[in-house]
Amino acid sequence: MRPDQFTLLANLVKTQSGIVLTPDKTYLLESRLPPVARKHGLKGMEDLVNAVKAGRNKALADDVVDAMTTNESLFFRDQKPFQIIKDEIFPKLSKSRGGAKTIKIWSAACSSGQEPYSLAMMAREERSIQGWTFDILASDISREMLKKAQAGTYTQFEVQRGLPITMLVKYFKQNGDKWIIDKGLQSHIRFKEFNLLHDMAPLGTFDIVMCRNVLIYFDQPTKSKILAGIAKRLAPDGVLFLGGAETVLGLSKDFKPVPSLRGVYQLA
Amino acid sequence: MKTCLIVDDSRVVRMVAKKIVTSLGFKTEEAEDGQQALDFCKKSMPEAVLLDWNMPVMNGIDFLVELRELPNGGEPIVVFCTTENELSKISEALMAGANEYIMKPFDSDIIETKFQQVGLL
Repeated sequence: MRPDQFTLLANLVKTQSGIVLTPDKTYLLESRLPPVARKHGLKGMEDLVNAVKAGRNKALADDVVDAMTTNESLFFRDQKPFQIIKDEIFPKLSKSRGGAKTIKIWSAACSSGQEPYSLAMMAREERSIQGWTFDILASDISREMLKKAQAGTYTQFEVQRGLPITMLVKYFKQNGDKWIIDKGLQSHIRFKEFNLLHDMAPLGTFDIVMCRNVLIYFDQPTKSKILAGIAKRLAPDGVLFLGGAETVLGLSKDFKPVPSLRGVYQLA
Repeated sequence: MKTCLIVDDSRVVRMVAKKIVTSLGFKTEEAEDGQQALDFCKKSMPEAVLLDWNMPVMNGIDFLVELRELPNGGEPIVVFCTTENELSKISEALMAGANEYIMKPFDSDIIETKFQQVGLL
């Protein structure tokens, strides 16, 4: 891919999603866009770039952004954040929310759904909140990913990535070589196509916000804007989870780290 | 260093599994069937067993049942690693005392995350 082609496509992705693609990500464009070109009857990258440049095909532009904003995921990714929610956050909320008995969670970039389903399984298993209502909002900018998340259907390979076998047996049905998430579990999750650059107010408020490995794709001002938005959506005693390589330092004064819990932030 | 006993009648599978498990910091031992594995465990109980299901002489599930009846036989973490991918087979393995279950084909990531989940890493 030529540098001018890269720049054109990177600018499109940045404008529509806020995600910054640096030249070292050229390989991602080269590997992910050929299927998009085929879908739109275009011969190759040259034709695709020209069509994007002409600016008349919104569906094509959407598909390019979609292809560049999707990420592989796995169940109980990194394990530690889930352990923290189970051992620290759920018990704490079960005390402070004694009356309401409702926990609201936002999986802010849910990708193909492994994170919200992991949260739902964990909430279902957790004794300290037995009988509680838990609502999970699972959002993603990618329509394709959201479709996959909503379908709740995974390959044998996907269900072996991070999912304990006891959870597979308990919460999935088998259909040939596919594994389908339990409908009852799915009923706790609301799926929504959502761009983190947009107004978050209509989403409501949350006790836990999972926004892991998302900020790394944005530039500094965009990161700050997203964090400011999340701060307004968090309950006063709520918590925000960021990815291992992410921080609020230098980006937001709305948050402070929760002592001794790495990657967890509370309102300042 | 923890020991992982790799039980599979395929030499190639044992070789691939050995490479992965060794890279995770384990000392490995090998057995070609359930009976060989059982004989090994009677002499020296490993910390982990990576276990195939279908093998000649004694299959994986029969081995597991007998293992769990041995003194200290409850100690090893047993992870099935098999082409049997039916939900009923997985349930049967869990009932027999398996700690985790890998459906072949596997890769190093799957073995690593499964070992993490059961506290071996």
